[in-house]
Amino acid sequence: MSAVELVCAVCPASCTMRVVVRGGVVEVTGNRCPRGVEYARQEIEAPTRYVISVVRVVGGDLPTVSVKTRRPVPKDCIWLVMEKLKDVVLTAPVNIGDVVLRDVCGTDVVATRRVARAAT
Amino acid sequence: MRRAEYDVVVVGGGPAGIAAAIRAGDLGLRTLLVENRERLGGIPLQCVHTGFGLHYFKEDLTGGEFIARLIDRLESKGVEYWVRTHVLSLSVEADGWKRLDMVTRQGVVVARARAVVYATGARERTLFEIGVHGGRPDGVYTAGEAQTLMDIYGVLPGKRVVIIGSGDVGLIMARRFALEKAEVKAVVEVMPYPGGLMRNVVQCLRDFNIPLLLSHVVLRVEGRKRVEKVVVARVDENLRPVPGSEFEIPCDTVVVSAGLRPNIDLLERAGVEVDPATGGPAVNELLETSIPGVFAAGNSLVVNDLVDYAVEQGELAAEGARAYVESGGRPTGRRVRVVKGRNVRLVVPQYLSGERDALFYARVSYPEQDVVLQVPEAGLRIPQLGVRPPEMLRFRLRAEKLKGVLGEGGKVTVEVVKR
Repeated sequence: MSAVELVCAVCPASCTMRVVVRGGVVEVTGNRCPRGVEYARQEIEAPTRYVISVVRVVGGDLPTVSVKTRRPVPKDCIWLVMEKLKDVVLTAPVNIGDVVLRDVCGTDVVATRRVARAAT
Repeated sequence: MRRAEYDVVVVGGGPAGIAAAIRAGDLGLRTLLVENRERLGGIPLQCVHTGFGLHYFKEDLTGGEFIARLIDRLESKGVEYWVRTHVLSLSVEADGWKRLDMVTRQGVVVARARAVVYATGARERTLFEIGVHGGRPDGVYTAGEAQTLMDIYGVLPGKRVVIIGSGDVGLIMARRFALEKAEVKAVVEVMPYPGGLMRNVVQCLRDFNIPLLLSHVVLRVEGRKRVEKVVVARVDENLRPVPGSEFEIPCDTVVVSAGLRPNIDLLERAGVEVDPATGGPAVNELLETSIPGVFAAGNSLVVNDLVDYAVEQGELAAEGARAYVESGGRPTGRRVRVVKGRNVRLVVPQYLSGERDALFYARVSYPEQDVVLQVPEAGLRIPQLGVRPPEMLRFRLRAEKLKGVLGEGGKVTVEVVKR
């Protein structure tokens, strides 16, 4: 059982919270509203993040396309997603929502920008 | 030379300008949107992170996704827009119409408009505006330049990075550098609190164990050809470097994230009243500037922290343009002055007509907890758990609450007081 200090990122109040896990139960002090407890529980038990990056595009009007995981993935998966994206090269055109990588960390990586074919 | 006439010309094809053009078109105004880059979209095009559209589309989108939806909406409505169009000057003609001299791919065009919405965004402050000394080695970028290089062109600007300033773009770029396996040595912030949203401090710095040096300043950037190191010092409560506290951080890249300033060149040359606190034009609740029929929105009005606010201002400015056009060119009114009170660094609008409800955007000077945001003259009190300079306060004031202040020299005060 160890205490962790967390700054709540839900609202500008930015409460500094002390979080203790006791017998599998997350106990929060220092929060000034219930949203702090929810935030702390999420951050302690199963923190998730969107992974965002860019990958190369050939033959496009831009040399890269931005991508994201369709859903937030467990924080521990960030580097796995980045590693898998390293060698991805797409060919224009690319549309928003096109699947760039399928089924990684329980979701897909999708394109978030349009890249048209370069004018020839 | 081509000539063209419109009810409203919107200058700037970023979020605020596109939103203004959509709304102006919906309101039945003959509308033209002009953008000087080769595509519409503005800054969100280079923003690969999420956090866009939570209010407007009720979804957490990336910059690219957000702006694509907005552009689709504009195109589906058939609003006329020109890209690669540079506005050289904005002036008011004898009949009250606005004249815009523009350079386009077809040559010079003079457009006449009853009203103008000015939405040209902001520019980044540079190293030289924040008092950092030293040579001019290669490897110094603004956060936006680093973002363009990495996330549009796919070029990593450097491998060992120091970020000056903890504004949101700097925090977001710290994460982008870390994700691309560059080493972010530190984010150096002169203030005792971070300059960006707390969400970004957590998700961009703490997730990647990037040190945030609060109350520190970069004194010098050193390097012969390429950046080799920065010299950093601690600052005292008056933000002055503490002698003897200097230390060096070796690095090959310096990224400056020292805030934004509204782009108001054309407005200034047209003689508009500028608010030194926002760096943008002083406006009323329909975002009309001191030049009747010229409205401002987005980051050229006030530097926003959410794209949703820029969009909202664009729509409001379009409503203003309609009111102005429909009244046959009557200014929308600035009878009441808005005054900044305790712990308020800036507030928009700076004037009120008293005739309609007003949406306010304000920033505090320093963080505080358990406070009340209030407008005493109007009897408005909004308790706040906490306020921080990076997070804009937004609130509405009903017109009927202004009845008591409409006389000569009428004013309302926006202030933050202890509960």
